[in-house]
Amino acid sequence: MKWLLLFLLWAGPSWAVTPGEMLADPVLEARARVISQGLRCPVCQNETIDESAATVAADLRLLVRERLLLGDSDAAVLAYVVARYGEFVLLRPVRKGGNWILWLAGPGLLVLGGAVAWTAIRRVKMVEKSPELSEEEVRKVLEVMDKMS
Amino acid sequence: MISELGHFALILSLCVALAQMAVPMWAAQRGWRAGMLLAGQAALLQFLLVLGAFLALTWGFVTSDFSLWLVAAHSNSAVPLLYKVTGVWGNHEGSMLLWVLILTLFGAMVAGFGGNLPLPLKARVLSVQAAIGAAFLAFILFTSNPFARLANAPFDGKDLNPLLQDPGLAFHPPFLYLGYVGLSMAFSFAIAALIEGKVDAAWARWVRPWTLAAWMFLTIGIALGSWWAYYELGWGGWWFWDPVENASFMPWLIATALLHSAIVVEKRDTLKSWTIFLAILAFSFSLIGTFIVRSGVITSVHAFASDPERGKFILLLLALAIGGGFGLFALRAPKLRSGASFALVSRESGMIVNNLLLVVAAFVVFIGTVWPLVMEIATGAKVSVGKPFFETAFTPFMLALALFLPFGAILPWKRGDVTRSLRSLSGVVVLALALSALVWSLQTGGRMLGPVGLAFAVWVIGGAVVDFGQRVRVGQVGLSESLRRMAHLPRADWGKLLGHAGLGVTIFGMAAVTAWEIEDIRSLHIGESFTFGGYELRLESVENRPGPNYAADVGQFSLSRQGIVIAQMFPEKRFYPVQGMATTEAAIDTRLTRDVYVTLGDKQTDGSWAVRSYLKPFALWIWSGAMIMGLGGLLSLSDRRFRLGAAVRYARSAVAAR
Repeated sequence: MKWLLLFLLWAGPSWAVTPGEMLADPVLEARARVISQGLRCPVCQNETIDESAATVAADLRLLVRERLLLGDSDAAVLAYVVARYGEFVLLRPVRKGGNWILWLAGPGLLVLGGAVAWTAIRRVKMVEKSPELSEEEVRKVLEVMDKMS
Repeated sequence: MISELGHFALILSLCVALAQMAVPMWAAQRGWRAGMLLAGQAALLQFLLVLGAFLALTWGFVTSDFSLWLVAAHSNSAVPLLYKVTGVWGNHEGSMLLWVLILTLFGAMVAGFGGNLPLPLKARVLSVQAAIGAAFLAFILFTSNPFARLANAPFDGKDLNPLLQDPGLAFHPPFLYLGYVGLSMAFSFAIAALIEGKVDAAWARWVRPWTLAAWMFLTIGIALGSWWAYYELGWGGWWFWDPVENASFMPWLIATALLHSAIVVEKRDTLKSWTIFLAILAFSFSLIGTFIVRSGVITSVHAFASDPERGKFILLLLALAIGGGFGLFALRAPKLRSGASFALVSRESGMIVNNLLLVVAAFVVFIGTVWPLVMEIATGAKVSVGKPFFETAFTPFMLALALFLPFGAILPWKRGDVTRSLRSLSGVVVLALALSALVWSLQTGGRMLGPVGLAFAVWVIGGAVVDFGQRVRVGQVGLSESLRRMAHLPRADWGKLLGHAGLGVTIFGMAAVTAWEIEDIRSLHIGESFTFGGYELRLESVENRPGPNYAADVGQFSLSRQGIVIAQMFPEKRFYPVQGMATTEAAIDTRLTRDVYVTLGDKQTDGSWAVRSYLKPFALWIWSGAMIMGLGGLLSLSDRRFRLGAAVRYARSAVAAR
């Protein structure tokens, strides 16, 4: 069964964006590509609709281009697709609700870790300022080090 | 018969592992010499038994013994010999066996070459190592037996997944596993040190080569995987933030941090408990990586094993290893005395910044990878976390790291001087900004990413060169004197130069490809040509050509520049009938400064062929940088202080401790 599914996915109209799908207007097409690269193919595993060979992905690519031709803004196109396929298709999770934990995890840990590291470094007893070496002593030390290396 | 012998050897190795786990640990607590000596012999025996099992399975694959379920499911009589052999680990059961084989190989290496390790430490390390081995052997024997027979052997096998029939992917898993499992050595040393309650410079000197080796293999393994994705998946991407890629990237980030903090323990006898913490964390991420891949809990393109029973077993194993490791850490770490003190501005602090950024970056990758799972369990909502998230949330930490790296690396130990270190780097800053401005003025309306990436790369590479120059005192002593110093410099210093410079090279490759890539998608009739990015591509012919176990459409393109043909390119579209699967084989013309990348698509209704072509500037630099980093690791690994002197010092400090 799994292999049959794979067969269907792979043997369909294979191969991501096809020449026939592309819009004539290069500006609109470029926008379509950017939008496609942020949308997940619903039946694939971690592939964008821009990369995917699945039929659904091809349909979605056409849908995105249709909306752009109708004059939708990028955000409106995304909203249109999300309304039909759910948040699952967004590869960049929206910044709201529980997702804030995801977005703030890195900066939060950096601040926390930074604070811990800062106090730890401060706690380590500062090196007492040792009396400076005289020029004669510096010369001798360098001499010894030269011999060693 | 041979398979049954292999199966039996595997069962015996589990028994040996259990004995090796229990006896030496107990003997080390009691000071029983013979019991401790047992560890080494058991480790060697365990390795030989697992090797026997692995060879038996390989024999089954090579001879296409389809009465073995595993062979019937993952091989075929028509598969070329190379892929029959690599098919051994191109599936769940066999790859777990490879995992254990490498684990026992590392154990045997400790037993064989660890002659100058103090006996109790060696016994404890091998005991912890055997505990990991026993867990994985039990996992294989009870949930994923590679030697299961079929009552009715099929006439032919179901074939190896065509995506795996590729030299790049054939050697990607062994390298990754050498890395993952190498980190188990750092883990075992950390646990043994916690039990002994002693961490000193000699301990760090023992741990560092293992960590370095693991890091080097991970670096190469990840680079191989990325390179494979680049030429095989057909659209020239080199990193997808796929859960399985993340699974190998997280241990790499932590291993990089560990590598640096172990230097501090070795040279300055401080940051001890933090280093132990990182050692446990690094292996934990290896286990989590194995869990992610093996349980199929987060399904992805790579997840060719999904079985909840196995998932539960690995989850239990994970809980025991990670929970036990950190539990022991919480109990014993406060007793580890920290040694030398250091000032706020010092290389020690620099290393802490490095560690902090790497750990935070690894955490971002981790939470991004498990977030869909967390959300589904917590709220039932299905969300996706992909490339756009990681690019926003992960990259800043890496940029901060790259920005800080040359400065931190050039600070002296103990106490540094900000202005002095910055002054020695001022030339690099000027060079980076000047080159960046030059590129910015040359490019027409391109993205800022190119010039910025170049500035970062020059800063990192230049910083590494200046640091190295200071080591050999360029400009302060004569040229011949500098050269003489260079010849006598420890290899570890060369390792530092290459490791850091390699990172710079990779940064530049990534930025350049992303910023300056040119893509072209169109359909072409035979004999038609088109120009893009200053090159002309002409479709000469498309032929149908049979392969050993597939049929292929092979296109011939001639690539020319200014009317002169510079290369013939042959992209293929293969169809593997056994699995009913198509793969693309891109044709790539690689030069130092650019790749031309062509893939052949489907035949269109009007008889033309869909063609996708890319100009990818400096693509080669991405993997070259990784290889330079790996080479740096290798040089550092061959430093003579890892071969000599460690045992003497350890013995001395052990006597002093009494």
